[in-house]
Amino acid sequence: MTDVKTAFESLAWGPAPESAAPAREWLDAHGRRFGLYVNGAWGEPGDTFTVRDPATGAELALVTQASDADVDAAVAAARAALPGWQALGPHGRARWLYAISRGIQRRSRLFAVLESLDNGKPIRESRDIDIPLVARHFAHHAGWAQLLESEFPGTTAVGVAGQIIPWNFPLLMLAWKIAPALAAGNTVVLKPAEYTPLTALCFADMLRELGLPPGVVNIITGDGRTGQAMVAHPDIDKIAFTGSTDVGRAIRAATAGSGKKLTLELGGKSPFVVFDDADLDSVVEGVVDAIWFNQGQVCCAGSRILVAESVAEALVAKLRARMEKLRVGSPLDKAVDIGAIVAPVQLERISALVEQGKTEGATCWQPSWSVPQEGLFYPPTLFTNVSPAAVIAQEEIFGPVVVLMTFRTPDEAVELANNTRYGLAASVWSENLNLALDAAPRIKAGTVWVNCTNAFDAASGFGGYRESGYGREGGREGLYEYLKEVRPEPAAAPRSGAVDPGRAATPSAAPLRGAAANLPPIDRTPKLYVGGKQARPDSGYALDVLAQDGTRAGEVGRGNRKDIRNAVEAAHKAQPGWQRATAHNRSQVLYYLGENLAARELECAELLRQRTGEDGRGEVAAAIARCFTWAAWADKYDGAVHHTPMRNVTLAMPEPIGVIGIVAPDEAPLLAFVSLVLPAAAMGNAVVAIPSERFPLLATDLYQVLETSDVPGGVVNIVTGHRSELLAPLAGHDDVDAVWVHGTRDEVTEAEKLSTGNMKRTWGDWTLRDWHVPSQGEGALFLRHATQVKNIWVPYGA
Amino acid sequence: MTRTTSVRQGRPGSEVEYVPTAEPPALGRLPRNTGGPLDLAWVRSVRVNRSAVERRSATIPTRRSIKTAWQAGWLLRAVTLMDLTTLQGDDTPGRVRRLCAKARRPVREDLLDQLGMGGVPVQVAAVCVYHAFVETAVEALEGSGIPVAAVSTGFPAGLSPFESRLAEIGASVAAGAEEIDIVITRAHVLTGNWQALYDEVQAFREACGHAHMKAILATGELATLTDVARASLVAMMAGADFIKTSTGKEPVNATLPVGIVMARAIRAWHERSGQWVGFKPAGGIRTAKQSLDWLAMMKEELGDRWTQPDLFRFGASSLLTDIERQLEHHATGRYSAAHRHPMG
Repeated sequence: MTDVKTAFESLAWGPAPESAAPAREWLDAHGRRFGLYVNGAWGEPGDTFTVRDPATGAELALVTQASDADVDAAVAAARAALPGWQALGPHGRARWLYAISRGIQRRSRLFAVLESLDNGKPIRESRDIDIPLVARHFAHHAGWAQLLESEFPGTTAVGVAGQIIPWNFPLLMLAWKIAPALAAGNTVVLKPAEYTPLTALCFADMLRELGLPPGVVNIITGDGRTGQAMVAHPDIDKIAFTGSTDVGRAIRAATAGSGKKLTLELGGKSPFVVFDDADLDSVVEGVVDAIWFNQGQVCCAGSRILVAESVAEALVAKLRARMEKLRVGSPLDKAVDIGAIVAPVQLERISALVEQGKTEGATCWQPSWSVPQEGLFYPPTLFTNVSPAAVIAQEEIFGPVVVLMTFRTPDEAVELANNTRYGLAASVWSENLNLALDAAPRIKAGTVWVNCTNAFDAASGFGGYRESGYGREGGREGLYEYLKEVRPEPAAAPRSGAVDPGRAATPSAAPLRGAAANLPPIDRTPKLYVGGKQARPDSGYALDVLAQDGTRAGEVGRGNRKDIRNAVEAAHKAQPGWQRATAHNRSQVLYYLGENLAARELECAELLRQRTGEDGRGEVAAAIARCFTWAAWADKYDGAVHHTPMRNVTLAMPEPIGVIGIVAPDEAPLLAFVSLVLPAAAMGNAVVAIPSERFPLLATDLYQVLETSDVPGGVVNIVTGHRSELLAPLAGHDDVDAVWVHGTRDEVTEAEKLSTGNMKRTWGDWTLRDWHVPSQGEGALFLRHATQVKNIWVPYGA
Repeated sequence: MTRTTSVRQGRPGSEVEYVPTAEPPALGRLPRNTGGPLDLAWVRSVRVNRSAVERRSATIPTRRSIKTAWQAGWLLRAVTLMDLTTLQGDDTPGRVRRLCAKARRPVREDLLDQLGMGGVPVQVAAVCVYHAFVETAVEALEGSGIPVAAVSTGFPAGLSPFESRLAEIGASVAAGAEEIDIVITRAHVLTGNWQALYDEVQAFREACGHAHMKAILATGELATLTDVARASLVAMMAGADFIKTSTGKEPVNATLPVGIVMARAIRAWHERSGQWVGFKPAGGIRTAKQSLDWLAMMKEELGDRWTQPDLFRFGASSLLTDIERQLEHHATGRYSAAHRHPMG
């Protein structure tokens, strides 16, 4: 018993191990070999791979590598289960989600221990953070299941969801994927990461015990090949992926034109902004929670500290003192802060990037103590003297490594924060609420934590801006990712890709309609509309536009990629000011647009009649009404305050996407154009629009309406010409934040493929839409595409 | 914590440069805080974010788990950090003598032997009483080396005439108290009259003479954590040797968030001035588990040097009994009962 005396004298931390026995018993009960969980039953193990404990290297289990045939079987099971699952109705599904939540709680310690064994995260985190959040996620979505019909009218489940999750929060990411999918009435095929499949398998075992109907959830294991088979599978309607931006990019390219709905939650290099009036001691603990949580293997980790120059020295001193006190060790020790890195390859990557940081001249600081030599451990690391150009300041390290840079002014802080391709999360520290709430909306990130970090909740949608992906997980916005619009029967037909044979690139001799018999017509010079001015096309060419009867109705400028480039630049100049303008102001501009369109109502109707052969009066009237619709929405699409379970307001703010490229369809050429451009503008975006190629004059006639309606120059830009020439530079432009293509399937496919450069959001629709019907031509769907939700967490307390 | 370098560029707007003193004090000799000028710019620049402090507070007990022999060792340490206290209206000399006897032998000898502590002296840090019982306690503790602490200056509200509060200190020191727990005028904090607070604490410190002074901030009545931090700094500038959370008579006494804020103020003062100031949470600490959480907080926020009795005390009356029960559980493997341990 000399130990007591030693401890009395030294007051050292002793070991406090959590027993792994229950997890090992569960593994043993399965013979430490797992098949796939398909159609409510365990399959026989096939070709297997080894799953290891990263803290010791010990083998934990053998897990099956799912083949293409296995993926087929899982998808077939999910498809077969779909009708029964949907027939169960909202309340029936709510009961199941509630049962799953309770089931997680009953097995909470088993899940926590298994997670720490498999992933290497400290038991404190899996026990106090991961698993409670998992239970909360299912409970919250039991509620959404119950309320589905009243809260999400006009929607239906997407169908079979294929879900691919990462190794950093294995069970939590499973919950984020499965809970909303089931609540919305989908069935699921989920693949956990190959390093960390055990809690997903344990979850499958729980579902079997609970008796969830077979096929509703299928868990298949395997590496990237299995994931590829899922992405390529024709009978999967939706892919939800969390992981690296590179893989997300490949998934977007692979699913282009497939019609699969897509949610991607990708990487980040999230800024952690410290203003000079922050509570620096609390900032230090914030950094601990930001980058030394889960060994820094967190997609939203605050890995770039940006600190006011005046307090930088003090913060660095405090951080170093705090780092000395962090404890790295066995994940199952209840008194460690940092556990094991998930796999050797990840440890090598961290080490290599740290070495590169040193080579690049940054100052590397690590605590004086050393990490355990056995197992995969890495010490907490702080880099100072880092420039934004350094690789370690740009690349996601995904380890316990943080870089620190300084700024002079709040504007510079925001600029540095946004100086990244990513946009997942940010943290802002200041005791001045004015300053914090000024910075938070200006930082491009899906989540901004004020005076806190890494706070998560099922009620608050999580997801990225920019190359951090798209779609949200959690909250109301997360549900929409698993729902699709219901169109009235008969189902909308695909758009024809037929090109008008009469169109020619050279001026034709066909007479212009409407000219008095004895006078030549007054020539109308075809131009583009860029930056609020009518601009000559770069090419110096024009295209004929034909009327319904084959006569020449007029000309438009033949825009090319340089015109697209100029239009995007003009849009970027205009967008920030347009976003800052008050919603009332934007609303007034759109009403005025309606007013000025009404003044030309008869003229526009006649143009429509000539060009489409149909009575245009109805379409013009509908377009005027639509101006009112979007003017009305401009100051009414409010955010929400989420009830997240802490003393805190979580502000869910819909923000404009930025610059949106819009490709308008041929049907209802005026109405469709207005219906697409105005919601984007109403929400504060700037637009580069390519009008219908067959009927562009209706859009060009809008130039004067736009000019007279006080629409600031650059907010709406219109480039006419061959869509085949314009679509690629627009969809591929790395400074366009979203592209909406309402055209042919080929056009949608091309745009989705080209969107991967900067992972811009896409809205592709190749089916004919009845733009006259409000349920199809306006509504919440348009608003959701025109915005992305930013959640700002603001804890409070005097 | 052996660092003696100071960080002086931390806070913008500081008007005063304190001169750091060097070495950490030797164990066993109570260090004195000589204080310094009132630095109002520093006081006013203090920022404390309550939510963040509460999050830190919530994770200190969950980030660190102290089990088995370590737990027993830590609990014994907690015993030696205790200001064993009785501050009741119905205190009598007999009651105080009983408490002093317990202070000499806080843990049963046989239990200490079973825990392998044979030969290691385990006694509490001090006995804390009202002025009326100082002499009784001094007499009862004679030869033990355990100092007597007296609560003073119109305890607990601190609103009796200033001159009589000063006289009270003098009387207790004359009666043999080696430590004086003074209470501050909360109104000075609530009205932001830092000069008045500084002058008051400085006058008390002077009246204490050679006796050590603990300044009770009565944090339960200070409303905000920022004011707790500011009052802590002013008390230290005015020469308090210890800062203490509570009288035990406020509706809210020692809480971990308040403790974190005060510990950080001590750290800031140490970094700026080089001086060593102790910390004493008091009131509401009743369980062995709580004492471990507080020790873990001190170790994490201030370092090992601040887990010794010259720089850390628990003000407690019922805590000891729970610790004794836990120690017996550790020794025997069976859960213990209060009546198995001698009353204080």
